Amino acid sequence: MRAGEFNQESGSRGVSALVGDIREIIFETLRSSLPKPVEITEKTHIVEDLGLDSVAVMDFVMEIEDRLDISVPLDKIAEIETVGDLIAAMQNLRAGS
Amino acid sequence: MSLFTKFAPLAAQYRQLEEAGANPFNVSFDSVLSPTEAMIKDQPVLLLGTNNYLGLTYDPAVIAKAVEATELYGTGTTGSRIANGSYDGHKQLEHALAGFFNRKHGMVFSTGYQANLGMLSTLAGKDDHLILDADSHASIYDGARLGHTQVTRFRHNSPEDLANRLRRLEGTPGDKVIVVEGIYSMLGDTAPLREFAAVKREYANTYLVVDEAHSLGVLGENGRGLAEAACVEQDVDFVVGTFSKSLGGVGGFCVSDAEGFDILRVVTRPYMFTASLPPGVIAATLEALHQLQTRPGLRRQLSANANRLYNGLAALGFTVGPEPSPVVSTVMPSPEAAFAFWSRLLHAGLYTNVSLPPATPKGLALLRSSVSAAHSSAQIDHAIAMFAEAGREMGLIPPASVQKQGEVILVAAK
Repeated sequence: MRAGEFNQESGSRGVSALVGDIREIIFETLRSSLPKPVEITEKTHIVEDLGLDSVAVMDFVMEIEDRLDISVPLDKIAEIETVGDLIAAMQNLRAGS
Repeated sequence: MSLFTKFAPLAAQYRQLEEAGANPFNVSFDSVLSPTEAMIKDQPVLLLGTNNYLGLTYDPAVIAKAVEATELYGTGTTGSRIANGSYDGHKQLEHALAGFFNRKHGMVFSTGYQANLGMLSTLAGKDDHLILDADSHASIYDGARLGHTQVTRFRHNSPEDLANRLRRLEGTPGDKVIVVEGIYSMLGDTAPLREFAAVKREYANTYLVVDEAHSLGVLGENGRGLAEAACVEQDVDFVVGTFSKSLGGVGGFCVSDAEGFDILRVVTRPYMFTASLPPGVIAATLEALHQLQTRPGLRRQLSANANRLYNGLAALGFTVGPEPSPVVSTVMPSPEAAFAFWSRLLHAGLYTNVSLPPATPKGLALLRSSVSAAHSSAQIDHAIAMFAEAGREMGLIPPASVQKQGEVILVAAK
């Protein structure tokens, strides 16, 4: 097991990280980092629909980086527009790591 | 106009500030009287937001050198070092900077922004990696974007997260360049540089760049910045910094012991393709560096002033940054409150700064101050009194009858 896969901060998040369901981890992290609940789908536009600014997006990606034990280069983050893009980028990075 | 449609929401906010007659992003001083005083129309204003840390902008010796060099060499160099030649002063200043930092090499840029743009875009090549502190200044992010390298960021001031990033890169070809700052300009917090240096030593092919823009002349026994104060100068491969804060001029620099350093002069585009600094600026900076080295009392006075303001504002009940520093920020409940408070202070005769996300960490709205060695204790106390009055009027702090020490904002990584 890799160090980042077991997140001790919160039990339920740790368990889902072990299962390794990248999509579920991203939805969960996104939901917990929003000030109020919003319905999120893969088509949700991260900046326009969720009102996150560029730094908030980078900070949120950091949470996912921790959970998946990967580093996401800034140019990859800049290309991400929707939640679906984010999932695809993380899956690619995880497969390549 | 359609080109500017994308800025419409921002333009509306900007217009509102203009219409309210209080736009922190468009202040002009009608005259400046000293490092700590200016006039806006007929109103005298106490300057508490100019990064003029050592107060050298009106130093007679510094001014005399600027005048002398301007008369001797003219107002400008009218070209770049590479295409149009260097003047003697540019080389002297590079030599003096290298000497001050006990380094072999020095290179002068036309602004601090360009120093970061140049160094970061050049040091890390296509197959290398830049690893930035998440709260890095815009010039560091822009330098990273100008280059062709892979860029990742680690949690602000977290040696643990830096170690995670380096571990993930183990076995990946290419050099790893780590970038941190001495003092962070938004909240005035310093980097845990000793811990960063220890992490760096654990991994192969890593280099450490420290931006001492706000810490040059401020920290360290000799004013060399955080690396000196933390006793880790030998772990720092490149120091970048600016002339526009403690040295009271404009320009930027990098010093290093790296072998072959001078090749940077013909590969670093923000150095090559811009005009070099005017002789007057170079001569003034050289003299200011001399003052910085020979008047340690300035640093002590600056530190005393910083503590006085930081403790004074905390005692009033304001939420302040994590440690006393010449940058003293108070946390505002919202951008609107920051604008209103800033405006009240200015009307009362105190000039400060407003800092807003995304330039600030954690989405904070900040009322930012910076102190100078040139401030008298009476000026600092007067500033605190203005904070007290405006803060109470706005309900930002408890009334005078209630004693409540303000909180300290924690910016260390989780």
